[in-house]
Amino acid sequence: MNRYIGYLLVLALLLVAPFLVYPVFLMKLLCFALFACAFNLILGYGGLLSFGHAAFFGGAAFITGHAIKVWGLPTELGLLVGAGSAAVLGLAIGLLAIRRQGIYFAMITLALAQMAYFLFVSADFTGGENGLQGVPRGTALGIFDLQDNINMYYFVLAVFLIGYAIIARTVNSPFGQVLSAIRDNEPRATSLGYDVDRHKLLAFVLSAGLAGLAGATKTVVFQLASLTDVHWHMSGEVVLMTLLGGLGTLAGPAVGAAVIVTLQNYLASGALSAWVPVVLGTIFVICVLAFRRGVVGELRVLLRKTF
Amino acid sequence: MLTDLLGIPPQVLFGQLLLGLINGAFYAVLSLGLAVIFGLLNIVNFAHGALYMLGAFAAWFLAKYLGIGYWGALIFAPIIVGAFGIVIERFLLRRLSGVDHLYGLLLTFGLALVIEGTFVKLFGASGIPYPTPKQLTGGINLGFMFLPWYRAWVVVASLVVCVATWVLFERTKIGAYLRAGTENPKLLQAFGVNVPVLTTLAYGYGVALAAFAGVLAAPITQVNPLMGSNLIIVVFAVVVIGGMGSIVGAVVTGLAMGVIEGLTKVFWPEASATVIFVVMAIVLVLRPAGLFGKTA
Amino acid sequence: MSLLKKFAMGVSASAMIASGAAAEISDGKVKIGVLTDLSSTYSDLAGNGAVVAAEMAIEDFGGSVAGAPIELVSADHQNKADIAANKARQWGDSEQVDAFAELVTTSVALAVFEIAKQQNKIALVSGAASSPLTGSACIPSGIHWTYNTRALAVGTGAAVVKEGGDTWYFLTADYAFGESLEKDVTAVVEAEGGQVLGSIKHPFPASDFSSFVLQAQASGAKVVGLANAGADTVNAIKAANEFGLVAAGQSIAALLTFITDIHALGLETAQGIMLTTGFYWDLNDETRAWSARFNERTGRMPTMVQAGVYSSITHYLKAIEAAGTDDTDAVVAKMREMPVEDFFAHGGVVRTDGRMVHEMYLARVKSPADSTGPWDYYDIVRTIPGEEAYGPLSESDCPTK
Repeated sequence: MNRYIGYLLVLALLLVAPFLVYPVFLMKLLCFALFACAFNLILGYGGLLSFGHAAFFGGAAFITGHAIKVWGLPTELGLLVGAGSAAVLGLAIGLLAIRRQGIYFAMITLALAQMAYFLFVSADFTGGENGLQGVPRGTALGIFDLQDNINMYYFVLAVFLIGYAIIARTVNSPFGQVLSAIRDNEPRATSLGYDVDRHKLLAFVLSAGLAGLAGATKTVVFQLASLTDVHWHMSGEVVLMTLLGGLGTLAGPAVGAAVIVTLQNYLASGALSAWVPVVLGTIFVICVLAFRRGVVGELRVLLRKTF
Repeated sequence: MLTDLLGIPPQVLFGQLLLGLINGAFYAVLSLGLAVIFGLLNIVNFAHGALYMLGAFAAWFLAKYLGIGYWGALIFAPIIVGAFGIVIERFLLRRLSGVDHLYGLLLTFGLALVIEGTFVKLFGASGIPYPTPKQLTGGINLGFMFLPWYRAWVVVASLVVCVATWVLFERTKIGAYLRAGTENPKLLQAFGVNVPVLTTLAYGYGVALAAFAGVLAAPITQVNPLMGSNLIIVVFAVVVIGGMGSIVGAVVTGLAMGVIEGLTKVFWPEASATVIFVVMAIVLVLRPAGLFGKTA
Repeated sequence: MSLLKKFAMGVSASAMIASGAAAEISDGKVKIGVLTDLSSTYSDLAGNGAVVAAEMAIEDFGGSVAGAPIELVSADHQNKADIAANKARQWGDSEQVDAFAELVTTSVALAVFEIAKQQNKIALVSGAASSPLTGSACIPSGIHWTYNTRALAVGTGAAVVKEGGDTWYFLTADYAFGESLEKDVTAVVEAEGGQVLGSIKHPFPASDFSSFVLQAQASGAKVVGLANAGADTVNAIKAANEFGLVAAGQSIAALLTFITDIHALGLETAQGIMLTTGFYWDLNDETRAWSARFNERTGRMPTMVQAGVYSSITHYLKAIEAAGTDDTDAVVAKMREMPVEDFFAHGGVVRTDGRMVHEMYLARVKSPADSTGPWDYYDIVRTIPGEEAYGPLSESDCPTK
């Protein structure tokens, strides 16, 4: 019961937020929140550290941008094309990487994502260093003009909620339970007769597709896609968001993303603008050393202790 | 001649091969350092690129504030940066013993951001010139290309350091301890060897190797806060191809990948940035443990 | 503007009128956003010096225009188009910025043009070079101030071919600016009877140019044209020296060279380089006086980009003063109507395609023996008339000209 009240409160807050805060900032926040939640599916619930999720986020950003700008697809369809291609890319990278675990998995995904980065640098349709600019926002359902920031915000909010619902549903499904079982004890899951690699691969593809949806949405909001989105620093950033918010908690990554994006935004306009990477790195180090459960994880422990 | 048949002038082919070998020398020294660290700590040192950059900066600081030139820097920069590495190991990485090794990777990633970010802030991202040592300016005309003495020196110096490291690990008593530490640290501790000190020293040595490569690179690429930022990913791929933790694998693969990259620049320049990753993907399919790795 | 107000302004400048004019200024202030590279490859040639130049322009103007205060904000875009676009969008949407200035590198300028067009704000480009900014990519409120790739091609390209450098090979930075520069120079070289043998694109930014220099050597071209800028140019020239490119008889044409690049290379390496510039500190008393003030604040002499930032902002403020409003359309109309008169340009004209046409200079870098000290680097070989450098308006393919 309490849980539902909490959800309703957050939803109400999200609905009125664009009238209180600069909507483009909120949209950026929602895109990264979805990205981090999608990433958490494979790290928090699958126990696999992917260091290559920028390839899905940025890859979808480019493909959606191209689909809307050059092919003239409607915005919704453009997003689906982007997310779909990210899922396909996820399948390709997943097939190569999924047989390895731990550090190996991290390094292989990183290297493969870097390969994707170079492909995007040299491909004509991405515009290389120039990026893909002037992507039209279009309309939602053919009615609402997305050039208007408030309309755009509600559109992004809808995309975020759909993505979040898919993740919540997956985590609480039998599939999600098996996934957690594999994370906690892989030999045991194997001996119970589960096809471990297939479960992991499916989770990886789903995570890639949703990360792609986040990147695609970001392209529509900012009307551009750039190499920053595919660079491995982006992969690192999403790890940080997830870790900071809380691994394996449903809402944690969204909280982590909110903190990081707000921080970046706040620092960028002040005297500390050039210190952003240093601040992020410091948070990273502190998280790893002293704070491995993340904000939501620590809160949960705190709540359990006090009640 | 074969090269004429393919429409490629021989000077381009041999020239690029030689440049590839020079790049390969850097890959070899850097992946060697990673292999040493991974072997003993089971940590993938994401800060390796940043520490390589620190090596170059140490050389520049030494020249600017202490008047110590290139040759001195070649000795002192690795010692200084290696000492810094020891501090990192002792006060940060040590705290992570017992938790998943992935946290080591994340911690060093955070450190890399901090170190590189600080230097970008302080020195800008456009690089500071570092002069080629006087003894090594100029070069020799090989007929097919003009080889600057300094580039030749880079290959020689790297190979010497790689061979010396191999001797240290395979032919000395310390090396035997180190290898035993990789296999079974508890047993080694029981024999009265101070394993934590050994681990710290190994990390310091791996870091010193990175700094050495940084000093070698300074006259070529300038001293640039982001010089290690993209290189590190390529070196990761080299380590995966060679097999994690294998010393011979790291060196041989490093040199080979440099040459392959050079060849690609001749025949298909657009692919030269991705070829190493393609090789990695193929190796992973055929030999998941890497070319020189032992366990699957 | 109403007839009555024109009349009133003509008659007197009483306090009452001044407050009346201030009402025409949106949000009660004029806010200029300098968006530049403060930390990366182009931070020397633009960067903090560009921010200082903007500050000087505002101070020299008295800190207020048409009765309203002038504010300055600045941000680092790190040469990334997405960062620049996001910042510009935010400035325009929620921080009442009226004009974007500096905008080094073409990809950034193009991205900010998109935003400026949507929000109907003024973009004063100084650092970016590509000629399409006043051609196919032009916007009605975008003004390209200091130089462009066409002017560089006309200056340096033609001069090198006339000296006998009739076969070319390009090392080109792999983004819009490099492509545009290579294209413009190729056109000039071919028009002068020269020939382009090939080109290779290098990543931006690149640190080690050895393999590209090797390709250039193998091409056998007499001239290796560097279609890049800033630290890339410096590194390419160094690699060319290291691999004996010049010693073997080829020559380098650094198509876009700033005085800070010469400073970084040193005259020993840089002597003899031909270059085209929109400004040199040691042209006359006016330029020397302004540059000395700039030098006092920054410890360096200004590049043409930094001087151009001062000039473009000053002209923008003059236009607001004259129009009595900061309304974009009215200010752009005034900027076109009034000639540009300051230390940077005399009789400069802002054309309807957004090009500010002014004289350019072909210079040769002095030898160490000829130089009297730091920053005494150029011999001005020739003054290029504006029309010749930028071409007639009829040649511009700007759709809204």
